[in-house]
Amino acid sequence: MVGYTLLVGSHGVSGHAVTLADGCLVRNEWICGEYLSSRRTEIWDALVQHTLITVVSVLLGLALAVPLALVARRWRWLEQLVLGASTVVYTIPSLALFSLLLPFTGLSATTVVVGLVLYSLTILVRAIVAGLAGVPAAVIEAARGMGYGERRLLWQVRVPLALPTVMAGIRVAAVSTVALTTVGAVVGYGGLGDLIYDGLRTLFKPQVLIASVLCVALALVVDLLLLAAQRAATPWRQGRPA
Amino acid sequence: MSWLNDTLSWLSNGANWAGPDGAAHLLGEHLRLSAVSLLVAAVLVVPLGLWLGHVGRGGAVALNIGNVGRAVPTFAVLVLLALAPEPFGLGDLSIVTALVLFAIPPVLTNTYVGVREVDRAAVDAARGMGMSGWQVLRGVELPLAAPLIVQGLRLAGVQVIATATIAALAGGGGLGRLITEGFNRQDQAQLVSGAVLVAALALLVEGLFELLQRSVRPPSAR
Repeated sequence: MVGYTLLVGSHGVSGHAVTLADGCLVRNEWICGEYLSSRRTEIWDALVQHTLITVVSVLLGLALAVPLALVARRWRWLEQLVLGASTVVYTIPSLALFSLLLPFTGLSATTVVVGLVLYSLTILVRAIVAGLAGVPAAVIEAARGMGYGERRLLWQVRVPLALPTVMAGIRVAAVSTVALTTVGAVVGYGGLGDLIYDGLRTLFKPQVLIASVLCVALALVVDLLLLAAQRAATPWRQGRPA
Repeated sequence: MSWLNDTLSWLSNGANWAGPDGAAHLLGEHLRLSAVSLLVAAVLVVPLGLWLGHVGRGGAVALNIGNVGRAVPTFAVLVLLALAPEPFGLGDLSIVTALVLFAIPPVLTNTYVGVREVDRAAVDAARGMGMSGWQVLRGVELPLAAPLIVQGLRLAGVQVIATATIAALAGGGGLGRLITEGFNRQDQAQLVSGAVLVAALALLVEGLFELLQRSVRPPSAR
C-alpha cells in the first residue's frame, strides 16, 4: 500500500479512494487510462505551456537570427565570431543555463524562454548563414546583370534560394526546443517536463510515460507542420526530397 | 563582476576538488559516463551506417532516426529508465543508456551521409579494378567518409558532455551534481563552476576531435 499513500499524499485523489483501491493508478502502472481521465486538465495545461514556450522561443530566436546572420554574411570576421560563439553556447548545459538565469529572471517562464532562445538562435544563425552562402554566384551575377539592386537581390533571389536550408534549420531548432523545454522543469516552467520531473520525485509511472509520449508527439507534429510550410513556401522544389 | 571572482575562488580552492563529492571525482565520473556512452553509440551504429551507405539503401531510415532522435527528450528517457525495473532504475546503466540513445542519431546520420557522398566515380573505378564489396568499403568508402564520420562523433561527443549534466536530476553523478547542489543551496559560485567545467570539457573534446578530423582527411582533400 506504499504506492497508495504516495498517490493520496502527492496527487490529491483521496476523494476517490474507494474506486481507486484496485485501479491502475493505485498499482502505479505505466499504462493507465484512469490517469488520463482524472488528470485531463493538468495534462492539457502542461501541453499548452510546453507549446507556448517552444513557439515563443523559436520565433524570438528567428527574429534575432535573421539580422545576426545578415550582418555576419557582410563581414567575414564577424561570421567567424558568430559561428565560434554558437559553438560555445552549445557546450553550456541547459541545466546550468536555466539555473544561471534565475537571479535575473526569477522562477518564471522568461527564464526558460531566454535560455531556449539562445539555443535556437545558434542553430538558426548557422542555417541562415549556410543558406545564404549556398546561393550560386552565377545566379547573383545574372540578377545583377538584369539590374537588380541589393535590396531586391536579397528578397527576390537570395532569400528564396536560401529558404530550403533555412527551413531545415528551423525544423531542427523547433524539434530540439520542444525536447529541451522539458529541462525547464528545474525552474518549474518545463511544460510537460514538469510532469516528468514531478513523476520522478513521486515515482508516478503513468504520468512520466504520458508526458514523455506527448512530448515526442508534439515535436513530430511541429516538424510535420513546418515540413508542410516548407513545401508551400518552395513550390518550385515539388517532387524533390525535402 | 563579483560572481566572476567568486567562481574563480571556488575553482582555485583545493577543498572543493577533494573527496568523493569533490570536483575532481565528479569530473572523472562525468568523463567516464560520456566516453562510455559515445563509445557504445559508435560501436553500435558506425558499422550500421557504413553498411547502409555501402548498399545505398535504408537512407530514409537513417535520416528519420536522426529526426526522431532529436524529438525524444533525453531527460524523459532518463526518468523513464530510472523508474523502470531492474537492471535499470536509478543508476549508471540508465544514464549511459539515455546518453547512448541521444548520441546515436548524429553518428548514424553522419556515417550514412559520409559514405553516400563518396564520389561514385571512385567507387565505380574500384569495382572496375575487381575489388570486392568489402574491399571497396574498407579501401575506398571508409577512408573517404572518415572526416564526416569523425564530425558526427564530435557533434555527439560535445552534446553528450553537455547533456550528461541531466544525470544529476535523476540522482546520478558527474558535474551536473555541482550544478544541482549549487542550485539547491543557492551557492552561485558552485553552480557557475560546474557549468564552466562542463563547457571547458566540451570545448576540449571539440578541439581534440577537430584535430582527429584533420588527421583522417584523405590526402586528396588536404
